[in-house]
Amino acid sequence: MSDRSNSIFPSTAGTSGGVSIELDGVTKVYPGQGVPAVEDFSMRIEPGELVMFVGPSGCGKTTTMKMVNRIIEPSSGSIRIDGQDVLHLSPDQLRRHIGYVIQQIGLFPHMTIADNIATVPKLLGWSKTRTSQRVEELLETVQLDPAVFAKRYPRQLSGGQQQRAGVARALAADPPVMLMDEPFGATDPITRERLQAEFLRLQAEIGKTIIFVTHDFDEAVRLGDRIAVLSERSRIEQFDTPDAILAAPANEYVASFIGSGAALKRLALLPVTAARLTPVDGSSRRPSVSSTATLRDALDLLMVTGADALDVVDEEQRPVGRLGHADISAALTPPERVEVGTP
Amino acid sequence: MDIVLHPGAITGLLGATPVRAEGYQGLDGLQTFLERRSDDIQQMMIDHITVVALSVGIATVLSITLGLVVWNHPIGRTIAVTSTAVILTVPSLALLAILSPLFGLGWGPTVTALVLYSMLPIVRNTVTGLREVPAHVLESARGMGMSPTRVLLQVQLPMAWPIILTGIRVASQLAIGIAAIGAYVAGPGLGQYIFKGLSSLGSLNALNYALVGTVGVVILALIVDAVFVLIARFTTPRGLRV
Repeated sequence: MSDRSNSIFPSTAGTSGGVSIELDGVTKVYPGQGVPAVEDFSMRIEPGELVMFVGPSGCGKTTTMKMVNRIIEPSSGSIRIDGQDVLHLSPDQLRRHIGYVIQQIGLFPHMTIADNIATVPKLLGWSKTRTSQRVEELLETVQLDPAVFAKRYPRQLSGGQQQRAGVARALAADPPVMLMDEPFGATDPITRERLQAEFLRLQAEIGKTIIFVTHDFDEAVRLGDRIAVLSERSRIEQFDTPDAILAAPANEYVASFIGSGAALKRLALLPVTAARLTPVDGSSRRPSVSSTATLRDALDLLMVTGADALDVVDEEQRPVGRLGHADISAALTPPERVEVGTP
Repeated sequence: MDIVLHPGAITGLLGATPVRAEGYQGLDGLQTFLERRSDDIQQMMIDHITVVALSVGIATVLSITLGLVVWNHPIGRTIAVTSTAVILTVPSLALLAILSPLFGLGWGPTVTALVLYSMLPIVRNTVTGLREVPAHVLESARGMGMSPTRVLLQVQLPMAWPIILTGIRVASQLAIGIAAIGAYVAGPGLGQYIFKGLSSLGSLNALNYALVGTVGVVILALIVDAVFVLIARFTTPRGLRV
C-alpha cells in the first residue's frame, strides 16, 4: 500500500508534517447531567503547533482532547482536521491517523515492544518488511536500542522506557496529529525532565500538530508553542504563547494558575541573547555564561557568584557581551510596555 | 509373603474386619482382580478421560463464546453466570435422570450433563478475565483504531487466557468426578466399577470394584491437573509470565 492510500488527510499524502486542527463550538453534555462538561469550545491549531491544554482536574481539558479522535463523541459543534470534518470519518479510520498517548501508556502486556509498535501499521495493512523497518527506526528515534528492546515485553521495561515505547507506538504510522494526555504524569521528576527534553528534540524533528494535556503549568511552559489555560467546562481563559501568558496573565484565574515566580519562569524561556548586552573589550575576570543558556541560568550565576555582571561567551569561549541585573530586568519588559510605564 | 501381608494392612487401615466367610476375600484378591481386568480397566480409564475431554471441550467453546458475547452487558452477564450456577446446584443423579428420557442411555446424557456442569467455571472466568483487562489498555487499543471485535480477540482474550484456562482446569476436575456418576445412565468410564461395587455390596469383588473405580478417578484427576500445569506454561503469552 502506498503512503497516499494510507492517509486520510489531504495535505499529508506523502509528507510527514502536521496539519491544522479546528474546533468550532464544540460542546459535550453527558446524558443525565445538566451542566455540560465542555461548552462551546472553539480553537484553531496551526500545522506543526504544539498546544498545551492546562487546567485543574475535572475542567474538561481531557474530554476536549478526546473528542478530537472521538474517544468521546461531541454533543454538538464541529472538529476539522486539515479541513476535514472528523465526524464524517469512521472513528477507527480516523484514529489510525492520530497518534494517541495516555498517562498509563496502555502497552499490550502480552505483546513484545516491536509488536506493540507495529499495531497501527498492521491495521493499515503495511507489508512485514516495511513494518519491521519502521519499528526499528522508531525504537532508535525514542532512544531504545532495537537489538535490546524489540523482543522485550512491556513488564520488562522501566516506566520511562515504557513511556518511550508508548510514544513510538503512537508515531508508528507517522500520523500528522498527536493527542497526548499527561503522558509524563506518572514518571518521577528526573525521568520526566529527560522525557520532556527528548520530546522537544523529537518534535523539532517531526513537527507534528500536537494537543498535549497537562495539569502542570511548568510543563506547559517548557513544552508548549502555545498554552490554553482552561477553567470549568473547558472555558478558554487565555490562549497564547508561554511568554505572553507569563508576562500578562489575562485575569486573576490565569495568574493564580501561574502561581508565584512568573518572572523567573519567563526568564527560563528566554536565551541570554534576548537581553541587550553591553559590548565588552578583551578579557575580564567576570564569571562567564554560554550564549545558549537562558536568562534564568544567567541570573542564577549572578546570585551564586555575587558578581554584578557576567560575560556572555560563544562556543569558542569568546566574550560577546556583558550582562548585568538591569539588563535581565529589561529583557522581561517588552518595549511597548516601557512606553506605557514611562510617561 | 509381601503380597499377602500388604493387602491385609490396607484392610486394617480401612477398619474393616477381615471376614473369613466362604467366598468373600476382602482385598486379598486385589492383585488377581487387577491382573484379570487390566484391559477392562484401561479401556474404562480411556473412556472416562475421553468423555471428560469431549464434554469440557464442548463446554469450553460454548462458554468462551457466551462469555465473549455477554461480558460487557450487565444483564446478559448476570443471566449467563447465574443460570450456569443454577445448573451446578442440580444433583448430578437428578440431572442424569432428567436427561436420560431425552438422550437415551450411555454417552448422550453423560456428555450433556458434563457440558452443563462444566460451563459455570469457564463462563465465570471468561467474563472475569475479559473484564479485568485494565481500562487504559482498552482505551489505547481503541485510540489506535482497533475495532471492538479486534480489541476483544487480539487484546482481551489473550490477556484473559490464564484466567479462562484456570476455569477450564476447574471444570475438568469437576467433570472427572461427575463423569463417574454417568454410569448411572450406562455412561462410559470408571463409574461403571463404582456402581458395580455398590450394587453388589457384600459379594466377592464388591470392594475391589469400588476401590479400583474410585482410585482410578483420583489418579485421572491428578494426571489431568498436571497436564493443565503444562498447558498453562505453554499457552500463556510470554509477556504475561515475565
